[in-house]
Amino acid sequence: MHRTKVRIVEDALDANNTIARANRDDFDRHGVTVVNLMSAPGAGKTTLLERVLAEPLGDIRVGVLEGDVQGSYDADRLASLHVPVVQLNTDSGFGGECHLDANMVRSALPSLPLHDIDLLVIENVGNLVCPAEFRVGEDVRAMVCSVTEGEDKPLKYPLMFRSCELVVINKLDLLPHLDVDLDRLLYNLEAVHPGVRTMTASARTGDGVDELRRWLLELTAGHDRGAAAVV
Amino acid sequence: MHELSVASAVLETAQRHAERRPVTLVALRVGRLRQVVPDSLSFYWEIVARGTVCDQARLEIDEIDARLHCAACGHDWTPGWPEFHCAACGASDVTVVAGEELEVEYIEVQEHEAVTAGREEAACTGPR
Repeated sequence: MHRTKVRIVEDALDANNTIARANRDDFDRHGVTVVNLMSAPGAGKTTLLERVLAEPLGDIRVGVLEGDVQGSYDADRLASLHVPVVQLNTDSGFGGECHLDANMVRSALPSLPLHDIDLLVIENVGNLVCPAEFRVGEDVRAMVCSVTEGEDKPLKYPLMFRSCELVVINKLDLLPHLDVDLDRLLYNLEAVHPGVRTMTASARTGDGVDELRRWLLELTAGHDRGAAAVV
Repeated sequence: MHELSVASAVLETAQRHAERRPVTLVALRVGRLRQVVPDSLSFYWEIVARGTVCDQARLEIDEIDARLHCAACGHDWTPGWPEFHCAACGASDVTVVAGEELEVEYIEVQEHEAVTAGREEAACTGPR
């Protein structure tokens, strides 16, 4: 019996990234723009989505993939919006996975009406750590950060804040009741991710929701142009 | 939480390259920007590796310091806290040179003439 050294030099997440690329290819083939929406639990992803999708998003057809450890509470809430919503539960994993990975999203592809949508919003499991590690085939990553979480969160979870192209600061209506300094929060965000696009919003009052709707519209329209250029 | 996901991903990579041979060592390079806590990763490693070819494998974690480079002034430095503006000139055109690794560098496996019954059992995934 002897020992052999096997040289690997491989990113531990290579297997996930390979599947993520396959997902991305499938989305591209159908001309679907994909946003991976992430946040801490309770930051307001679902409420914000309810607001954003309350009215048609121009002529863009939207679908939602809801990732949760258990249950279909969020999918049920979105069901009244008349957009296709597919629920994905992660509790078949080891104690319930705390994030979506590329393979889980792949397993949901047959349930998604890719022919009939232009934009897919994947609402990830609420968690500021693990979802940042796992690409799922998205075009862009967006996150919701509520002011109630405190101004230090970008400094504590730089991996997540650095991985996103857009950060929506939510629950702005609560600011008068908090000791949180919004400028300090934005300063910390800029320190961790220089130049990242930021928006402020209140899903409760609807403030800032139009800006997010415009961002999604432009993102989807831009993606279409990109796809046309390739053809 | 994070370390459990990372441990599972490392295990998957090691298993794929082990080709059913028992693994004695897994050498991992982890950049400090990945926010992985080595003790926590080692703890979860023992749990996820149980009953696999990596059951007896030691996880060796090599932590890589973060290195940032400023495109504006050429300054290279190791940040003390998460600040991605240049420490010398303040520019924001900063790239990460090192510190984002999560790389299985190599594994050590035992080559066997005759695989023991126990190991064969662990490696067998098909129906009996």
